[in-house]
Amino acid sequence: MNFKNIFTIYTKELRDMLRDRRTLISMVVIPTLAMPALFAVVMAVAFRIQSEVATTLPTIMILGGDDSATMATALRAHAGYRVLPTSDNWRQLIADKQLRAVVAVPAGFEAAVQRGESAEIKIYYYEGEVRSDRAVREVRGFINGERAKIVAARLAAHGLGPAAIRPIEIRAENVAPPEKVGGNLIGGIIPYFFLLMAFSGAMYPAMDLTAGEKERGTMATLLCSPVGRIDIVLGKFFMILTASLGTVTFSLLSLGATFSVGGAFVAQRIAGTSPGTSTRAADKFAEMTSLDPGGLLAVVVMVLPMVVLFAAVLFAISLFAKSFKEAQSYVSPLVVVIVLPGVIGLLPGVELNVRLALVPILNVSLASKELVSGVWHWDLLALIFASTCVYAALALGAAVKMFNREDVIFRM
Amino acid sequence: MIEASELTKTFRDKQRGEVRAVDAVSFRVEVGQIYGLLGANGAGKTTVLRMLATLLRPTSGRATVAGHDVVTGASAVRAKVGFLAASTALYGRLTARETLTYFGRLNGLGDAEIAARTARLAEELDMQDFLDRRCEQFSTGMKQKTSIARTLIHDPSVMIFDEPTLGLDLMAARTIVKFVRECRGRGKAVIYSTHIMSEVEKLCDVIGIIHDGRLLAEGTLAQLRQRYGERELEEIFVKAVGANAPRGASA
Repeated sequence: MNFKNIFTIYTKELRDMLRDRRTLISMVVIPTLAMPALFAVVMAVAFRIQSEVATTLPTIMILGGDDSATMATALRAHAGYRVLPTSDNWRQLIADKQLRAVVAVPAGFEAAVQRGESAEIKIYYYEGEVRSDRAVREVRGFINGERAKIVAARLAAHGLGPAAIRPIEIRAENVAPPEKVGGNLIGGIIPYFFLLMAFSGAMYPAMDLTAGEKERGTMATLLCSPVGRIDIVLGKFFMILTASLGTVTFSLLSLGATFSVGGAFVAQRIAGTSPGTSTRAADKFAEMTSLDPGGLLAVVVMVLPMVVLFAAVLFAISLFAKSFKEAQSYVSPLVVVIVLPGVIGLLPGVELNVRLALVPILNVSLASKELVSGVWHWDLLALIFASTCVYAALALGAAVKMFNREDVIFRM
Repeated sequence: MIEASELTKTFRDKQRGEVRAVDAVSFRVEVGQIYGLLGANGAGKTTVLRMLATLLRPTSGRATVAGHDVVTGASAVRAKVGFLAASTALYGRLTARETLTYFGRLNGLGDAEIAARTARLAEELDMQDFLDRRCEQFSTGMKQKTSIARTLIHDPSVMIFDEPTLGLDLMAARTIVKFVRECRGRGKAVIYSTHIMSEVEKLCDVIGIIHDGRLLAEGTLAQLRQRYGERELEEIFVKAVGANAPRGASA
């Protein structure tokens, strides 16, 4: 191994790559723009729906209630929805989303209540539809209020207070720090995003520096020089690593900027759109996006050996290909290999243990989820870091071995 | 100089099984001599030259280049060899000067020495006008000159040319032929593979006819004319190949 030669090859590859528009796009432009664009689109859509739901009242229809005038009038007078005139095709109207809910007051409702019996009010709605859900919430809220009044009156008639029917109260309080909650919500996505960026950042240079060179005929030129094969591999490998880390860095900066600028904007919007109820929503959003900065740094550290592993694997695979196009057909399906463990890591309930700590990608994904939420399992973290380093070293060793195989290098 | 003895290379091919691409080839190239390796496509020329340039390892037999064994002293061999082939392309996004600097450094030269040699080669090959332009913008002739300068940057004592005029127009091919002749003039041992008879007639001091991986005939043009009783090299080639019944269809 000759460090001077490795450096010579590395700097040449770096210069070559920086002059290539395609590398700059994959290394700088995409990672910088991807996150803000994604954030902006998701937020814009979410806001649109939310403000629409908040500003336009859902429509309901009331069936029956002719012999229960007090209830029917109060139901009509409630401000949380707009009551449409009764019609027979209400089922169709709900299906067509022109009507959000129907409240059916049974015959003899008020008489039954007067007798001290129980009567059933039915709500028909469209499950999973945001506006329908809101209509149901409003109706339920109103009926619950009415029920509480009736219960209080009945209890009073027997000389009892509200505690008589609620001897036990339950109150659940969250003690997890805000980062923990935020970490669970978006902590899984962030490291996953890094891994994807690291992979996509390494993909193009790995193919270009191996199969691309074979295709263009510059590989033979390079092999004629007295430089050792291992120096060539390492020089090129460091370049792939640089591109990958560059992509991660740009996506990290972009992510930070998006969350600090976009997050403040969103909190402001939430507070501004519907004052009163929104302080909780704004708090919730702040909670969702608050991450432990130390944990975030640790995620970057955990992702590092993973980046080395990606670079080495991509190098070895692309080297085998005769042309850039062939390399693409080998490498593209690998994205699924990255996506799958990442998605498993995002599933709720999948928790880090010794066995999962040895599964590449999944281990880093799971550990990162815990790290950004402020949980540090030092023993497992060490195991993950060490095992990923071992995998990376093995992959790099395989790449060097491949480079020494003339049937690979001269595979035409 | 170059010395090959019983040089053999076999490949494993999925369809054809074991293929003897080069079969016990022996020859010598002296200092200040051009050895022409003449053969059809697939005869084994490229494999022989790649073994001499240490890009491929011989399956058996041995070869020395400038006194170093191609297997045990591969790095030392590469430091003494300039290899130019149709397949040795240039980096499109580097300028000619950057290309020469890169290969100079890989050959262990210092930057001052590289600058001096670049200036001299640019003058000799008339490259000044495009020295600082990127290779991707070059004409074929400019690319050839840059490739030639690239092979000479470390002043090798042995030159290996693998069909260097393949796909070139007449003028670019003439530049190459002139350059090969100059290499001999400077006392380098040169081996030159081609399937173009006229190039061999014009250039080579010794001719080796290779077919199906085997060296079938060897000698000066005069010796070959005498042995086969023909004047034209093309006729000599056909007779030499025909006399040694091919082991199968010509590759």
